[in-house]
Amino acid sequence: MTGGLDLSLIPPLGEPRPQPVPEAHETTLPSGLRLVTVPRPGVPLIELRLRVPFAARTAVAAGEHTARGAVLSGAVLLGTSRHDQTGIAELLQSHGAELSISTDPDRLLFATTMLPDGLGPVVGLLAELLTDATYPDDQVEGERGRVAERIAIARSQPGVIARTALAARRYGDHPYAIQLPDDALVAAVDGEALRTLHRERVLPAGSSLVLVGDLDPGQAADVVTAALDAWSATGHAVEAPPAPELRVPGIAVVDRPGAVQSNVRLGGPAPGRTDADLPAVRLANMIFGGYFSSRLVENIRERRGYTYSPRSSVDHQAAGSSFIVEADVTTEVTGAALLETWYELGRMALTPVSEAELDGARRYILGSMALSTATHAGLASTLSALIGAGLPAEWLAEHQQALGAVAVEQVQDVSLRYLAAEALTAVVVGDSDRIVSQLQALAPVTLTKDQDPA
Amino acid sequence: MERFTLDNGLRVVLAPDRSVPVVAVSVFYDVGMRNEPEGRTGFAHLFEHMMFQGSANVPKMEHARLVQAAGGTFNGSTHQDYTNYFEALPAEALERALFLEADRMAAPAITEENLRNQIDVVKEEIRVNVLNRPYGAFPWLQLPQIAFESFANTHDGYGSFVDLESSTVDDATDFFSRYYAPGNAVLCIGGDVDVAETERLIQRWFGPVAARPVQPIPETGEARPTEVRTAIVEDALAPAPALALGWRVPDPVGDFHGYLGTVLLAELLSEGDASRLERRLVHDDRIAIAQSSYVGLFGDPFDVRDATLLTTQVHHPAGVPADRVHAAIDEEILRIATDGVGADELRRVQARTEAQLLRQADSVLGRTLGFAAAELIHGRAELAGELAARLAAVTPEQVRDAARGLDPDSAAVLELRATGGRR
Repeated sequence: MTGGLDLSLIPPLGEPRPQPVPEAHETTLPSGLRLVTVPRPGVPLIELRLRVPFAARTAVAAGEHTARGAVLSGAVLLGTSRHDQTGIAELLQSHGAELSISTDPDRLLFATTMLPDGLGPVVGLLAELLTDATYPDDQVEGERGRVAERIAIARSQPGVIARTALAARRYGDHPYAIQLPDDALVAAVDGEALRTLHRERVLPAGSSLVLVGDLDPGQAADVVTAALDAWSATGHAVEAPPAPELRVPGIAVVDRPGAVQSNVRLGGPAPGRTDADLPAVRLANMIFGGYFSSRLVENIRERRGYTYSPRSSVDHQAAGSSFIVEADVTTEVTGAALLETWYELGRMALTPVSEAELDGARRYILGSMALSTATHAGLASTLSALIGAGLPAEWLAEHQQALGAVAVEQVQDVSLRYLAAEALTAVVVGDSDRIVSQLQALAPVTLTKDQDPA
Repeated sequence: MERFTLDNGLRVVLAPDRSVPVVAVSVFYDVGMRNEPEGRTGFAHLFEHMMFQGSANVPKMEHARLVQAAGGTFNGSTHQDYTNYFEALPAEALERALFLEADRMAAPAITEENLRNQIDVVKEEIRVNVLNRPYGAFPWLQLPQIAFESFANTHDGYGSFVDLESSTVDDATDFFSRYYAPGNAVLCIGGDVDVAETERLIQRWFGPVAARPVQPIPETGEARPTEVRTAIVEDALAPAPALALGWRVPDPVGDFHGYLGTVLLAELLSEGDASRLERRLVHDDRIAIAQSSYVGLFGDPFDVRDATLLTTQVHHPAGVPADRVHAAIDEEILRIATDGVGADELRRVQARTEAQLLRQADSVLGRTLGFAAAELIHGRAELAGELAARLAAVTPEQVRDAARGLDPDSAAVLELRATGGRR
């Protein structure tokens, strides 16, 4: 393929230009809220992220907590004693803002952009929501009905079915097993339940507020301190309990009759953000399937045409990090695609990667980190995730240095522990009549005919 | 902003901004889904895939490696009226990106093996995004079939499997020869660049690409419909029904003034909890689960040069008849057409729209793609930077007039019926 090509034509890279280092101003308010402000040149906007710890207290409580959280994230905008739902939306909109509120098994996140003159009014409104959301009973009823309908639609998506099945198989009855709340539990949520949940769990302690963009750090801190003075409820932030992997062997097939594709998912533990193995695992992930220039993409997409977007990733949750492999493949080649995926995992674990592969992966991670933090929104989200995990903004620079020091042997060493097929839980969603016999050629298969939660 | 044209016809726009050490390189070819020939549905998109298969001096997989190992990201996308290719990279990788784009502009690796492979990959893309999921074709593949008449506007831009599978290397070579001439493209570079040095590099790499004749762009517009057209589709994977309404809107280029009024109308109808349809359908009447309105087939009003729609789509509970949702939407539009909109309400919508445009422009890549699209469609890259001001100048009367243009008697009405229960 390369015969006859003159690769010397390819221009070398020039001298790297210095990356701007974000100027993060950190302070902790008397309430325990951590505030980080970052002035940044660029467009005249400010990005806001408020992250509130929101894990379930126990595995037993997780189902109800998840259902209430799902309704709360929409219902918090239904009104305060000073503004009704429309008034809230109009105030935000007049400053270019629209609050998006979301929950996951670890936190509740408030996020918006805004025009710079909106900082005072928007943070003021945020304070009102935090201290005075009323959760009107009738409107909560409407909201919970919509949440139930949206969950039903989400559950019909094969990607969601696959994610849910993988989480359940990996985590058993840990809260992380619950990806979407149960319908009956959603139907039971009322205004009183949300007012209680809000009072007990929407607390400044352990929460962090990040503001990035066209701002003056001192002024912004004053605005926030004054506006959020009343958000002073006391209590302890709740973190998820440790999440041990069950590591059930074999392949779980979730039946989706008539499916024209199978959703192959593999998942297992990965090092956390402060684990010295993380840089090597991130690099191993890239080389295996983390970007287009990876072995998995070259094999099952560009060589064999089995799939459109195979990928792998390292994801962090508070109580456990994950290495995940995903590929949506045509039904006829489900077994063959899993075989090739396992082959590439085995190759990572048992043979060294090349220096060129390692160098390419390293430059890509560093470059894409620089790109993703080169916007207000990207930097705000990155900092919010770090600070929410209890890490300082300097973690970014330290992690970049650590990536630079990883050698080929370390990549193989961590691959043996984290990327080996044996370390990963396997789930396939697809037409069982057509895929079970293929998969049985590779490993024992357990079949679930109905993906509905028990 | 700098603008020049090479001898081979390639139009070049440079938008330097040295605040972050990042460059974006984009090439927009003036060919999209509307231009593909009958019997070759999906070909513009399939050909986009072929442009990533290597080129005269770049082996397969190396395009990606050369960009990514430089710390950059890349992609391409096929639109109705253009196809684009782009990279965002650390500034020191500029020349490498120029080399890669020039090499594939001169000679992409169109081989039988690459074509068969990418037909398989595209079929998987269609399975992921359309065939194996609920609402996969709703409404972007289904609504144009009733909203328009001509092949250019009604056909499936992803392509039928029959057409894709029967595509040949000759088809690809012909398509390249016809549409991928340097004179049919715009090269737009934004970010941390030195203008004089960049001009020199562009001459070096793109100058030698041979000029080829450029065919005039065929008109794809068509007359406005004069009656309601309706269709019902069944979705065996969907758990709940949905409704989409499509109205023809003013010409995106010829009547830009009217078009901007329509763009803001869509925002006023559906953006956020304060919007007319969110309040009416979701919160007051509780007859919808989710609603959205947008201009342009893919939701970007500024990526189209010819006939397009304002689409309102609603997911509603099975217990609510589609007619009831439809009637409520008509009422809300009629209310705007009759009573107009208040200056305060419009100002809020304009503030939100401005923030969204600024957010898009905060990334060097987002900004560069906006300039390139404006250059290709309007012949003025600067327009992308002026959009916020142009939208801020839209009057309540323009929005009212836009609502008057959404005639219920010439709408396209698409009902999706959920026939598959939970899966």
